[in-house]
Amino acid sequence: MTIAPPHDLAPRVASFDPDSFGVPTGRELEWRFAPLDVLKPFFSLDPEAGTVTGISTSEFVANVPIESVASTWTPTDLTGALARSGARSAVVIDIPREARVDEPVVVRLEASSSFAYQHVEITAGAFSSARIVIEANTVADISGAIVINVADGAELTLLMVVDGPKEHRLVAHLPATVGRDARFTACTVTLGGRAVRLLPSVHYRSSGGSAELLGVFLAEGEQFFEQRIFVEHEQPHCTSNVIYKGALSGALAHTVWIGDVLVRREAIGTQTYEMNRNLLLSDGPRADSVPNLELETGDVVSAGHASATGRFDDEQLFYLQSRGIPAELARQLVVRGFFADVLGRLGMPAWRDTMMQRISARLGMADEESDDA
Amino acid sequence: MSELVINDLHASIETDAGDKEILRGVTLSVESGRTHAVMGPNGSGKSTLAYVIAGHPKYQVTSGSITLDGEDVLAMSVDERARAGLFLAMQYPVEVPGVSVSNFLRTSVTAVKGEAPKLRTWVKEMKEAMADLQMDPAFAERSVNEGFSGGEKKRHEILQLALLRPKFAILDETDSGLDVDALRIVAEGVNRYRESSGAGTLLITHYTRILRYITPDVVHVFVDGRIVESGGADLAEVLETEGYERFITAAQPA
Repeated sequence: MTIAPPHDLAPRVASFDPDSFGVPTGRELEWRFAPLDVLKPFFSLDPEAGTVTGISTSEFVANVPIESVASTWTPTDLTGALARSGARSAVVIDIPREARVDEPVVVRLEASSSFAYQHVEITAGAFSSARIVIEANTVADISGAIVINVADGAELTLLMVVDGPKEHRLVAHLPATVGRDARFTACTVTLGGRAVRLLPSVHYRSSGGSAELLGVFLAEGEQFFEQRIFVEHEQPHCTSNVIYKGALSGALAHTVWIGDVLVRREAIGTQTYEMNRNLLLSDGPRADSVPNLELETGDVVSAGHASATGRFDDEQLFYLQSRGIPAELARQLVVRGFFADVLGRLGMPAWRDTMMQRISARLGMADEESDDA
Repeated sequence: MSELVINDLHASIETDAGDKEILRGVTLSVESGRTHAVMGPNGSGKSTLAYVIAGHPKYQVTSGSITLDGEDVLAMSVDERARAGLFLAMQYPVEVPGVSVSNFLRTSVTAVKGEAPKLRTWVKEMKEAMADLQMDPAFAERSVNEGFSGGEKKRHEILQLALLRPKFAILDETDSGLDVDALRIVAEGVNRYRESSGAGTLLITHYTRILRYITPDVVHVFVDGRIVESGGADLAEVLETEGYERFITAAQPA
């Protein structure tokens, strides 16, 4: 168990022992937005819980006993520690050193029972290049972590799709370690589930690393989506770019976006930017958006953050309508563009189109032939 | 032959201090093939006139009329006005992130013409129109107006004019923020459209500079929400040398 000094944004406690963490009461900073009653099963160890298996045709994916995984990650909260104690197997995605994998490695995560602990360990070997798609279908309650190691000089793009019915719950830590001159891009697309809490984090092992954390989410009905991001710049000359866009519809929909970026004293030459935009499609939904930027050094290249939540931009709609486009189609173009803007950054056009189709379907829009944005 | 007729148009905007009247009785007719310049000082309401014709929801028309070939424009929605043949090139074109120029143009042309253009001829048409305005083909893949320079935004507006082929083009301060080269390219684009289409043009401007490239048939001086004097192209030269001072003084109530 390690305890960090209490003055910064970093988690104070890191431990494999669930007893190191108290049960959330709702008064804690990191739990104050979450519906604790909905997430209750995630706060005590369930000895009956099932396992999560990775289904894939890729040679780089294996399911192994958890004991054989030497994870680089130490849990930082109660759900993480419980899931790590309770998990019996792990999904390992191992991209060998210097491998260049052209086709995306697609892995579907499948739970063996209605509540399961999950552990996924992704390693992109030095100077490798790969894209990974994780399909996390919300057909069971799942608690766990997807641990990502991007070795020196590697390039890894990870797309995680949370889609499916709106009854189940998912809590997932997504801790990433980025090596020297490595490039990591992650995008979470959150559409399904009753309550989804994602905790992506980035640490840099050496200088020159870059990380792009992207997210799109569409909350409807009584869906609750929380994304709690933590980027710790503890090495010089690294970059981070965090862009999350969400749309909310329905009086009970609730989303939370917390963007914590900490630039340590050693991290000179840092470039960091984080942004969250939320689009309210109807009356009543609640979007909490809190960017936090803490600088321990002023010797950075750039550091910024932005957050905005609002309705349709009347000027955008006027502009499109003034070109003959009917109001409803104009609104669809704006919403589609809102999301395509983020998904386009992935560099995976086919998956971008698939995601846009799923979003359009959820919004009840007819999909166009192709959105060549 | 088409005619855009504006008659005794009054319009106001809601402010914290109540409704404020900006257009105070505008009367103006533009026929196909004719170019009218509306010139006025800052704050005279000339851009409001452009927005009211296009149907911006920010402004309320309190009295008067606008008709296009006898049809009541004020009864039409914003998109219906565009489909009826009105086009507004905006002073400050709006960014639409994630919507590519090519997708936007094709959607607009489909809406205005009532059917989707055939893909092959469409791509050719778009490329030619872009080449006419000296626009890089890569431009088509960028998001609408996002990160465009001032000159790129205005060229993009004139590109839409060329592709949507309206009956009447309203150009709101199309010359503002352009250097001489960009102004020439944009003005040539407008002239090409005027000559090939025989459309009517309402050119709204603060400066006489653009009138060296686009010759108006009629010049109106717009002060305090209405037209205070109309004349030929030579009236612009008077404004160039004397400014708006005389008209502003004359418009003040005694």
